[in-house]
Amino acid sequence: MPVISFEHVSKVYPLPAGDVVALDAVDIAIEAGEFILVMGPSGSGKSTLLNIMGSLDVPTSGEVTIAGNRISGMDDDDLTLLRRDHIGFVFQQFNLIPLLSVVENVEYPLILKARQNGSRERAEEVLEAVGIAETHFSHKPGELSGGQQQRVAIARALANDPDFLLCDEPTGNLDSKTGTAIMDLLDRMNREEGKTVVMVTHDPRMTDYADRTIRLVDGRVA
Amino acid sequence: MMFFSFAVRNLRRHWIRSALSIIGIVIGVIAIASLGIMGNSINLLVANIITDVGDTVVITPHTAIGGTFAGDPRTAVDAAIPAREVEEIRRAANPHRTIPVLQGADEVEFGRGESGYTQIIGLASDDIPILLELAEGQYPRQNQPGALVGTYLAAEYDIAPGSKITIGNESIRVAGVLAERGFAADINPDYAIVVPDDWYESHFGANDAYPMVIVRVGDVEQIDAVKDAIENRINRREDIVDVFDSRDMLRQYEEIYQQITAFLVGIGGISLIVAAVNILNVMYISVTERIREIGVMRSLGALRREVLRMFLYEATILGLIGSIIGGIASAVSGYLISLAAVEVFTAGTTFGENFTVFDQSAVGFIAFGMAFGIATSIAAGFYPAWIASQLAPVDAMRQK
Ligand SMILES: Nc1ncnc2c1ncn2[C@@H]1O[C@H](COP(=O)(O)OP(=O)(O)OP(=O)(O)O)[C@@H](O)[C@H]1O
Ligand SMILES: [Mg+2]
Repeated sequence: MPVISFEHVSKVYPLPAGDVVALDAVDIAIEAGEFILVMGPSGSGKSTLLNIMGSLDVPTSGEVTIAGNRISGMDDDDLTLLRRDHIGFVFQQFNLIPLLSVVENVEYPLILKARQNGSRERAEEVLEAVGIAETHFSHKPGELSGGQQQRVAIARALANDPDFLLCDEPTGNLDSKTGTAIMDLLDRMNREEGKTVVMVTHDPRMTDYADRTIRLVDGRVA
Repeated sequence: MMFFSFAVRNLRRHWIRSALSIIGIVIGVIAIASLGIMGNSINLLVANIITDVGDTVVITPHTAIGGTFAGDPRTAVDAAIPAREVEEIRRAANPHRTIPVLQGADEVEFGRGESGYTQIIGLASDDIPILLELAEGQYPRQNQPGALVGTYLAAEYDIAPGSKITIGNESIRVAGVLAERGFAADINPDYAIVVPDDWYESHFGANDAYPMVIVRVGDVEQIDAVKDAIENRINRREDIVDVFDSRDMLRQYEEIYQQITAFLVGIGGISLIVAAVNILNVMYISVTERIREIGVMRSLGALRREVLRMFLYEATILGLIGSIIGGIASAVSGYLISLAAVEVFTAGTTFGENFTVFDQSAVGFIAFGMAFGIATSIAAGFYPAWIASQLAPVDAMRQK
């Protein structure tokens, strides 16, 4: 059974100048353990697709199933808990919380899940797994390089042991050497930890890592 | 809990902003509490110096302004109630005791060459013990005339029972010193000399008329019935006398001072509302600045109510710190302000010397100020916090 499935999923933004169709009757099935690239020109609906996969956004029509949950009819709390328990996000801008130290950033989703003090050991374990040295644990995110910040973001995404990682241009803000290191890390998580990875990218060289590539053009799977 | 420490950190990150909004709350709480305490202490003070003789009806000659009390300076007219009307009053008030009062003034020599113009009150010998309490000495007896000296007069001129004083050119023995009575609705003998009515009439001459008549009703329940009986009997055709009781006077004072207190607390309330608007502003800025951060938290699995709670913590912390500092400060400033108020209101008298302004309602005003400070802070923080919690995660993340 696919871990994520889209059936005729559309997303329409009603704007004064006319409706914008970001996704147009998309059918997708992703199996557990796959490494999938989403590619396509700017504005083709890649981020919209990823956000719906991550239950950050809901479709205008169509049926979405995430980790066995049909999201139609789910309320905001249900969607939030689904994100918390099954999904790890990695963003182009890293999006670490500047108020928190490196290790606290990773601990944050653990606290949301445990509803009390999270596990500092678990946070440190994941940070070590993504290659962050212990000396950086107490630093603020702003004191790290872009590559290090993205590693911390990946550690944060992995903290609650999600079923899959959704990465929206995770190497977009990194030089190519650092980008390659991040790709190697995601690849390792996919192969060694069995995480399903769905990743948006503009970089054609990334296809080497992927099991398959979904190409979007004007909101349709090409 | 992390949401709490989050709130603390964010307040610390913008500590100047936080400190300014705390100062706003502090000022508001101080304003409410100390103005409340001030109004309250004026109130207490007045209640303290008015002898509450709730069972006394006072009858004075009718004056044009009407409906006032004996202490009103406008009633200082040279009018009197004729003896035959006093008898009518006595009949109307029966079985309650009717006490005609003579009032005049004369030069009094207190010994040691000290003298001064002093109020002299004349009362029937058997009425005196009913109306006035002794601090020391004895009441004058029928066959042994003597004067009773008001407590402040006695203290000022060092008069004790047994001393001799000279009223006009007549010498009289001091039989006793009166207990402090305060501003009563009827007579205020604290600075006066009380003599038996026969001595008074032989000294000043009798003219069979009284500036004031007091009826001791004994039972507060019957006051209105007695007043009506007197009104019906004496004032049937024209208004000859004004009838009022001490409750009227207290009521007037209470009304005035309650209004003062409400007004003062109202001013304090306005300053707290200003402080609340400031908190609303600060919280609103905090939310707008952190929209993206809120989006990230939501994407990681923070529930709406958790975001709401985080921002409410911030407002609550601001309100709590401000209110605690404000509470302590207003205990101090309220005390000083009350002392000043007592001094102003009792200048030149000995009233309120050992008067304490810190009763439970002063504490109540501080508690009220603090509670109001915390409540307005939370209320002010609620709107921005609500906005933050309702943001759609995708929209929040799209923010720069
Ligand atoms: N909130 C929104 N309101 C209106 N239109 C939107 C909104 N979000 C996305 N769109 C529109 O939907 C379409 C798809 O946007 P999306 O962000 O998914 O593109 P993308 O493929 O991720 O592009 P890029 O490669 O530039 O990130 C675009 O035309 C975009 O303008
Ligand atoms: Mg995009």
